[in-house]
Amino acid sequence: MKVKENIAISDNGFVFNPTTGDSFTLNNTGKEILLLIKGGKSMGEIKTTLLSSYDMDETTLDRYLLDFVSELRFNNLIDE
Amino acid sequence: MGAQKITIAVTGLNNIDSPGPGVPVIRGIKESKIFDARIIGLAYEHLEPGIYMEGLVDKTYMIPYPSKGKDALYERLMEIHQREKLDMIIPNFDAELFSFIKLESALNAQGIKTFLPTLEQFEERHKSNLPAYGKKYGVNVPKSQEAFSLADMQNILKSYEYPVMVKGKFYDAYKAYSIEQAAEYFSKLSAKWGFPVIVQDFIEGTEVNVIALGDGKGKVISAVAMRKQYITDKGKAWGGVTIADEAMLELTHKIISQTKWKGGMELELIRTKDNKLYILEINPRIPAWVYLAVGAGQNLPEALVKLAMGMNVSPYTDYKIGRMFIRYSWDMIVDIDRFSKLVTTGEL
Repeated sequence: MKVKENIAISDNGFVFNPTTGDSFTLNNTGKEILLLIKGGKSMGEIKTTLLSSYDMDETTLDRYLLDFVSELRFNNLIDE
Repeated sequence: MGAQKITIAVTGLNNIDSPGPGVPVIRGIKESKIFDARIIGLAYEHLEPGIYMEGLVDKTYMIPYPSKGKDALYERLMEIHQREKLDMIIPNFDAELFSFIKLESALNAQGIKTFLPTLEQFEERHKSNLPAYGKKYGVNVPKSQEAFSLADMQNILKSYEYPVMVKGKFYDAYKAYSIEQAAEYFSKLSAKWGFPVIVQDFIEGTEVNVIALGDGKGKVISAVAMRKQYITDKGKAWGGVTIADEAMLELTHKIISQTKWKGGMELELIRTKDNKLYILEINPRIPAWVYLAVGAGQNLPEALVKLAMGMNVSPYTDYKIGRMFIRYSWDMIVDIDRFSKLVTTGEL
């Protein structure tokens, strides 16, 4: 899983796709996940990082994470 | 060496809700370091805002509507030329281009340069010729047909699914969801722009545009891709952002190199969900959002003037991505004396 080339992620969570002109706003958690993907982390590594930072059980995290990743895919922000 | 003094006449000063390209074209020329331009505005309507904007035009003259024919236009242009010694004219309306193209050699003989598409290039990209154009140049275009009467259109609509786009010959387009709506738009558009009225498949997707300049020999001098971010009820972009869409730029290069397009142009495109690009229209002139190209690093109006003056022009190879334009309206306060001078004397 890779963030598409050229996707710009700013500190305030604003994401711009320069190929399509689409822009999005992410909250801090969304931004953190997208940056972890951009940093080349696997889903397993991302889960471990998030579980250590947030008070959340694994099943709930899985659900939210899958949901978020499919949104990223739908909006053409990541490649498989 | 100082900037070259030049006198350029520009039309399209109607900076209204369906804006003409004159004002942003002039802004681009005025930012040029190569030219020190005196700008002569050519106006059809007394209330075209560009006439009254501070620091924009040095002088404005009224010119006859395209419906008066090219001879009336030529006569008026010669009156203006006698007084202003024009070096170049940049026409910016689709509806006037036919006359200016026809007058090109006569104007040139008087020392007035233009840089316009040939009559063949102008004719073959007409909305009504788009299917043939798509076939000839191997590009995706929506199914479309021309209607010369209401009965004609009703017949055509039998092979279309709703919604359909009903488009005027030069400008304006409406989405129709029924035959009744299509008939209403047909009457409106034919009364305003004449015949034919074009019926076109509605293609769902994102509206994206390219502004480009061809040198007439197959080379692209300038090309900038933009995605519309805010679209008015007239279908005009009120905000847009430059994008790095290679497919759009490749398509532009393909069209310009194959057609040897001369002059400014705008490709109106739709990108569908399955990532296909369809050409909706090819506008044979600089579009009203040209100042975004200038702001992104490609001064297309300046390059157009250089081409017209026979100067060497190196093609632009890149532009800033993520530059936006946001249009706004602004109320100017103008003394009625200026308006009355224009109305009574035809110049200001």
